[in-house]
Amino acid sequence: MVTLLHFQVLSAALFSIGLYGVLARRSAVLILMSIELLLNAVNINLIAGAAFAGAEKTTGLVIAIFVITIAAAEVALALGIILRLYRNRASVNVDEIDILRG
Amino acid sequence: MALVVFYILGAVTLIAAAGVVSTRNVVYAALFLLAALAATAGLFVLLLAEFLALVQILIYGGAIVIVLLFAIMLTRSDTYATAAEHSQWPIAALASAVLFGLISASFFSDADRFNSDIRTGVDIETLSTELFTTWAIPFEVASVVLLVALVGAIVISHSGGNGEES
Repeated sequence: MVTLLHFQVLSAALFSIGLYGVLARRSAVLILMSIELLLNAVNINLIAGAAFAGAEKTTGLVIAIFVITIAAAEVALALGIILRLYRNRASVNVDEIDILRG
Repeated sequence: MALVVFYILGAVTLIAAAGVVSTRNVVYAALFLLAALAATAGLFVLLLAEFLALVQILIYGGAIVIVLLFAIMLTRSDTYATAAEHSQWPIAALASAVLFGLISASFFSDADRFNSDIRTGVDIETLSTELFTTWAIPFEVASVVLLVALVGAIVISHSGGNGEES
């Protein structure tokens, strides 16, 4: 039988893989994809919580909708920043982007 | 039956996610991301959240992956091959393994409180009523955030010429 624990462990694994991607990757686009994995893991956890919590529990689903909305906004904004950086710096390697260094 | 479906979808999700963080080809990474997100939509169906599965396919599969592919197309792809991983990737792997251990330990420690396989779905009518009554103000704020983010993305990527750093 599928219990809440199955989904929680799956979402923890997905979150850890995404965290590895955020920490280990150097290309800004690949870091953005890893952030999508992180948000996806959170969504699995929220929806699993809503499904196993009992009837008429909608809070997890509503927050998952908000997470998806914010993810869409974040991707659009981040890709605008990446394209601007690429035009100014000809690179998407986050190690080379140190404009704010004093 | 549900357990078999869960294991298949979970394995597809995790393998595709591992592909996203390990492949050196950035276009393959975007396609692996699409596979992971689609398998997650299947998991949402397993959790009786059909509307969320639909939204997942539409927003992530239809919009976000396409926008990511456009960004890959507009930036030069040969810079990606040399910018795959940090030299300190073992530390990143260790940190994420420790995080996975901690999170799953905390989940296992009170697993017996959630030891049922009774899943209940919420029909779209209840969900939308809740969304437009209890969550009406956060919903409006989210729409304003979306509008501001899109206008900001256009302004950031459109204005300014070459070499102008602002």
